[in-house]
Amino acid sequence: MQLTINGKNHEVDVDPETPLLWVLRDEVGLTGTKFGCGIAMCGACTVHVNGQPRRSCSLPVKLVDGDITTIEGIGTPDAMNAVQEAWVENQVAQCGFCQSGQIMTAAALLSMNPEPSDDDIDRAMSGNICRCGTYPRIRAAVHAAAAKMRGA
Amino acid sequence: MGKILRRTFLIGSAAVGGGVAIGYWQVTKPYPNPLKSRLKDGETALTPYVIVAKDGVTIVAPRSEMGQGVRTTLAALVAEELDVDLNAIKVINGPASKAYYNSMLMEEAAGQAATDVSAGAERMRNATKVIAKIMGSQATGGSTAIPDAFERMRSAGAAARIVLTKAAAKSLGVSASELTTENGMVIAADGTSIAYTELAGEAANIKPPSNPPLREKSKWRYLGKSLDRLDMVEKCTGTAEYAIDVRLPDMAYATVRVNCHLGAGVKSYDASKAKARADVKKVVPVKNGLAVVSTNTWNAFQAVQDLEIEWEPAPYPVNDADIVASHRAAFDDKPDSQKRKDGDVEAVLAEGDIIETEYLVPYLAHATMEPMNAVAHLRDGKLDLWVGTQSPTRCLDVAKDLTGLDEDDIDIHTMYLGGGFGRRGEIDFVAQAIEVAKAMEGTPIKLVWSREEDMCHDMYRPLTLARFRGAIRDGKPAAFDMHVAASAAAIDAFERQGMNLNMADPTITQNAWDNPYKIDNYRVTGYRAKKALPVGFWRSVGASQNAFFQECATDELANAANADPLQFRLDMLDHEPSRKVLEAVAEMSGWGGALPEGRARGIAYYLSFGVPVAEVIEIVDTGAGLKVDKAFVAADVGLALDPRNIEAQLQSGVIYGLTAAIQGAITIEDGVVKQKNFNEYDAMRMYQAPSIDVRILENGPHITGVGEPGLPPAAPALANAIFALSGKRIRELPLNNSIAFI
Repeated sequence: MQLTINGKNHEVDVDPETPLLWVLRDEVGLTGTKFGCGIAMCGACTVHVNGQPRRSCSLPVKLVDGDITTIEGIGTPDAMNAVQEAWVENQVAQCGFCQSGQIMTAAALLSMNPEPSDDDIDRAMSGNICRCGTYPRIRAAVHAAAAKMRGA
Repeated sequence: MGKILRRTFLIGSAAVGGGVAIGYWQVTKPYPNPLKSRLKDGETALTPYVIVAKDGVTIVAPRSEMGQGVRTTLAALVAEELDVDLNAIKVINGPASKAYYNSMLMEEAAGQAATDVSAGAERMRNATKVIAKIMGSQATGGSTAIPDAFERMRSAGAAARIVLTKAAAKSLGVSASELTTENGMVIAADGTSIAYTELAGEAANIKPPSNPPLREKSKWRYLGKSLDRLDMVEKCTGTAEYAIDVRLPDMAYATVRVNCHLGAGVKSYDASKAKARADVKKVVPVKNGLAVVSTNTWNAFQAVQDLEIEWEPAPYPVNDADIVASHRAAFDDKPDSQKRKDGDVEAVLAEGDIIETEYLVPYLAHATMEPMNAVAHLRDGKLDLWVGTQSPTRCLDVAKDLTGLDEDDIDIHTMYLGGGFGRRGEIDFVAQAIEVAKAMEGTPIKLVWSREEDMCHDMYRPLTLARFRGAIRDGKPAAFDMHVAASAAAIDAFERQGMNLNMADPTITQNAWDNPYKIDNYRVTGYRAKKALPVGFWRSVGASQNAFFQECATDELANAANADPLQFRLDMLDHEPSRKVLEAVAEMSGWGGALPEGRARGIAYYLSFGVPVAEVIEIVDTGAGLKVDKAFVAADVGLALDPRNIEAQLQSGVIYGLTAAIQGAITIEDGVVKQKNFNEYDAMRMYQAPSIDVRILENGPHITGVGEPGLPPAAPALANAIFALSGKRIRELPLNNSIAFI
């Protein structure tokens, strides 16, 4: 099976029912995308397929119908994406395990809505659980990223 | 030997040593530096916390980074005295070792009242440090990392700096007193400078001083300031490595199915269907269940469902009603503890109006974002273990027990923890990974639990019942009588470590008995309920439920006295740090000021882990359910090392506490935990989360940790706000069983 992940082609040999999450993590070796629940309830596994946020834990790889972007694909420690920069500036992460998913959801929101209101943020981000309760800083970071991206 | 014998005398051996004579010399002698046997060529371990090599300086921060920012603050403690740039050094968790024992672990068990700073109380606190040292437990929990490390890790930095200065003096041929240090360099009077990294060889032969002088607070460069967390960029780019992310060549993937009748075993099983799968490499019996080894995590998750297993029945009552009844029956037994008995509550309660209430809180799961997992590799008589653990030395113990290997042949790699909250102090999942690695010797094994396995196999926050009676006389609180029944979280947790403590369980009335409210007749009694589900340490432990009981009861008394809930509390407090947090939160929240229709505030105060915290919760009735709109937190930490991080921890405690208060419940059906995943045991989400204003005060006498104390007041402040809004007094958690939330 052919997949395009972060702009690169990958050939994988798996049961086509395998959720994309496990293909990314165990087969391709991209472990930035996290396993939290396996039933699309927590958002830790969020990636983009054709720019849309998808819960990779519940998306059989055979149904992937476009280019995949993971947290590793939107920025790196030396060249962070604006959303990642805003996250760092606001010191959002605590345990950090949910933050790949939070950032991917926020990045998708901002690509569609460059100036989200608090309600827009609530709607977009409420599928992502953070057990450390970083929500106040996530909200601040989404607004900061939006401002950064509008200014850029 | 003769000299040692002459100097030996016994201390507390019966209490902690199980009859083993503990010599004074063993207590005072430092543990050997665990880094020494692990150094690479050219590296020198100046202390157990500082490694210097040609290519850089490394600081060991031996507490588990589970979100609380401890790695950064601990590194800052060393860097402050060592004179290195925090961003130019490497920070590691280091090996598992008794040298990194947590000196604060037994303080709570010793039972000094939080407000008691008398010489005797301080002496007892110091005595518990000796016991903690003998126990040698490298554990993260109990909001202890900062108080434990505050002097210890600054001393390690200072000692290392002195060694480096002496080494430079030797190589320059000058006196050490002529030298200064700055940014990783020793600098001579004439301006000549030598980098620490050039001094590794010379420094190896110099003994570090044991009690180096420490810098005045006014000279601090890092401490007391908000620092950028060292783990932040990694955690925002998907590059932080948790145990679940470890990848090794030829690694196999495992998962388990363990009896959901917790503590019971496997009666029989048929693995033929699972074994027939092409992807299955092995089926391995583990404690109370079976593991399957496969080619990836998903296949392992599928294959384990193909096992046909007949389970032993639950060794406890199989439904909630019977478990609650067994807890209620505990009130008829002899008390487990009665640590507060002021005046004569019975005499006051015998006459006139009294308030009599019962409160109930359910079991709670920890539900860390990262499900339990570990990676184990046993080969050539060596075991490597990669694990997100709150207790590396306990992992070492279980590894020794299960493999029979010597400590030197076991390496515990403590990874970032995707949440801990007390759950990762347990080693059930670690033991499973080792068992599978033994059965698959030579193959690295990554063992990952499904979320369902994780939620149904926890060591839960105890279900707890409280009975309260109180009285107001002449408009003032005259009697406060709290009875709490729970199973013994601390005793159970120690028992799982093979330690049997013949004592009252300190968690049952934790921080309730030493509440500083002054009421002439005040009694707090704990009762030990029969074991049902396994229970353990859940963020803030006994304080999580005892704050709910105490602060709701206090509100009921205030209401009976027609008093303002804030003033009512202030009138009972002569503990200054506690008064100040209440005054601060009142000012922050506009306490007493008018609110629009459909809004109300509630207040609560609790002193846990040495930190007095007051919280005000403001709720709004949206028409579609209640929303927690605003939270205000004032906490006295004694000394704030990193204000922005402390703010994050207090906010985190509020959200964790509100999640539990509003919707958290683990219930039992047919002996099995009913909630399997986040659809049935949800967490507070963004649209439900309040804004949270935090104020940090520093009036208390001790430096404290804040991973937990922000949590306990959240539930009662919310319940009290609901009473203020609706007149409805809810005495059972979760609140959404009684009232709707958005």
